[in-house]
Amino acid sequence: MTETAATPLVHAQDLRKTYGAMTAVDGVTFSIRRGECFGLLGPNGAGKTTTIRMLYGFTPRTSGSLELFGTNCDGSWRTIKSRIGVCQQDNTLDPDLTVAQNLKVFGGYFNLAKGQLQERIDNLLRFAALDNRRDADVRGLSGGMVRRLILARALINEPELLILDEPTTGLDPQSRHQLWSRLEDLKAQGLTTILTTHYMDEAERLCDRLVIMDQGRILVEGAPSELIHAHVGRTVIEIMAPESSIRALLQEKSVAFEDLGHRLIVYHRNGEELYRELISGEYREGCMLRPATLEDVFLRLTGRDLRE
Amino acid sequence: MIRFDLSRRFIRVWQRNFVVYRKTWKIGFIPPLLEPLFYLAAFGVGLGVMVGRVTYASNSIPYTTFIAPALIAVNIMQSAFFETTFASFVRMFYQKTFDGMLATPLSVDEIITGELLWGATKSAIGTFLMMLVISSFGLLHYPGALLLLPIAFLGGLAFACAGMICTAIVPTIEVFNLPIFLFITPMFLFGGTFFPLSNLPAWAQTVAQTLPLTHLVQLCRGVSLGGFSNNLLFSLLYLLLWISCFYPLAIVLMRRRLIK
Repeated sequence: MTETAATPLVHAQDLRKTYGAMTAVDGVTFSIRRGECFGLLGPNGAGKTTTIRMLYGFTPRTSGSLELFGTNCDGSWRTIKSRIGVCQQDNTLDPDLTVAQNLKVFGGYFNLAKGQLQERIDNLLRFAALDNRRDADVRGLSGGMVRRLILARALINEPELLILDEPTTGLDPQSRHQLWSRLEDLKAQGLTTILTTHYMDEAERLCDRLVIMDQGRILVEGAPSELIHAHVGRTVIEIMAPESSIRALLQEKSVAFEDLGHRLIVYHRNGEELYRELISGEYREGCMLRPATLEDVFLRLTGRDLRE
Repeated sequence: MIRFDLSRRFIRVWQRNFVVYRKTWKIGFIPPLLEPLFYLAAFGVGLGVMVGRVTYASNSIPYTTFIAPALIAVNIMQSAFFETTFASFVRMFYQKTFDGMLATPLSVDEIITGELLWGATKSAIGTFLMMLVISSFGLLHYPGALLLLPIAFLGGLAFACAGMICTAIVPTIEVFNLPIFLFITPMFLFGGTFFPLSNLPAWAQTVAQTLPLTHLVQLCRGVSLGGFSNNLLFSLLYLLLWISCFYPLAIVLMRRRLIK
């Protein structure tokens, strides 16, 4: 198969990964178009990281087929890897090297020529706002700087596909927003991105399309707004400290709600109408109408049980 | 038969270690410069007075001359073995350096080959520095002793492979004490280093002949003191055979450890 503009950048067909009796990824199929930001969401242990590790050849597939850039991944893995940039979940920066050396040595792994490499290092350090830290020890960098350097390092080979495994986990809000704006810049330049995350606001902001995974399978696929409309609706009503009378009322109206004990979450097509009805009655206090979010979709589909 | 996934790119892994080494070379240079001084002082001046002369290749030579090449052999063993055990393990397990490399067009085989050749290189650098010190006492016989450098690289590679096999199988870094106590220390003491093998009972001599340091010591002593013989060829063959067995084993075991 040859590569054309219409060829999906990634086509994964029935990817499966088992470790002994444990199935980490259980038949996952998806395609990613050029220029798109594609999200993989799911609770811990859903198989997100294993899926993307199979994409960049870190983890061998148990079965299923995988095409990147229109080429089957079994043959020319080295060429394919030279066209991918990866931000792994762990901090894999080289603590024995300085900021600039990290980029230089990593560029060496891609066999980049010296002159070309020097220019890219200068550009990437500016991009990551680390040009004043060029000779700093990476062990002394803040969490946000570490993440930006990992991103810069993943861009050293000017990849056509960027893979981000939980890029903002553990960052403070300032650092998260700074990283997001960098990722939006890259998207504006047309870079195709695949992202795993636990943060629904991150996925809503960055992803054109996403899948929600649980227990190694894809539950749903679509654009964030489509998924919200399809699975939750436009609005959600939250009722704090509910009395039993309100439960009875909702049941009487056969309205679907989630009962968390101290809080009811009501998903209803005509949320506004129901809300007006509720607050005009005895539930003026503690009743809140808010827009539905991806987090509602996520929790509805994957449940509220802890995954540990 | 195993198939290697090996391109010349392994040199990039070697270069990575060299870049790091250059940052701390001043500290790295101290042990190989000072160690022979300490040993020659303790064993040569202290113990040597009691020992006197030793018979080597039917010549009677001073004790310091006898042990000087063995000190180099021991350093070759230790440099490479420590590099591919403790240092490689830290890179693999704590620093996740290999995980980072596996997101690039490097294969596991190239990463491990680069590490092994770096271990061998460290042995050769150490040997070069020790040669400077030991030569200043006139204890090496030139030009034959120049062969110590390629021998250091070869012997270093042999011990680097042994170290990497340990790294591939140990659960935690503390477990390295086991191969050091059971493999490295006995060779250090009984590998023909500080006394001739002929002092050992016959069965112990046979055991010693199966160990790599014994052959490395024989090679180092042979080229340093100008005592070339066919036995050296046998020792060379032994090291080559060792590498051809344990290099593939190190690769296979590290693939098992790294590919998840």
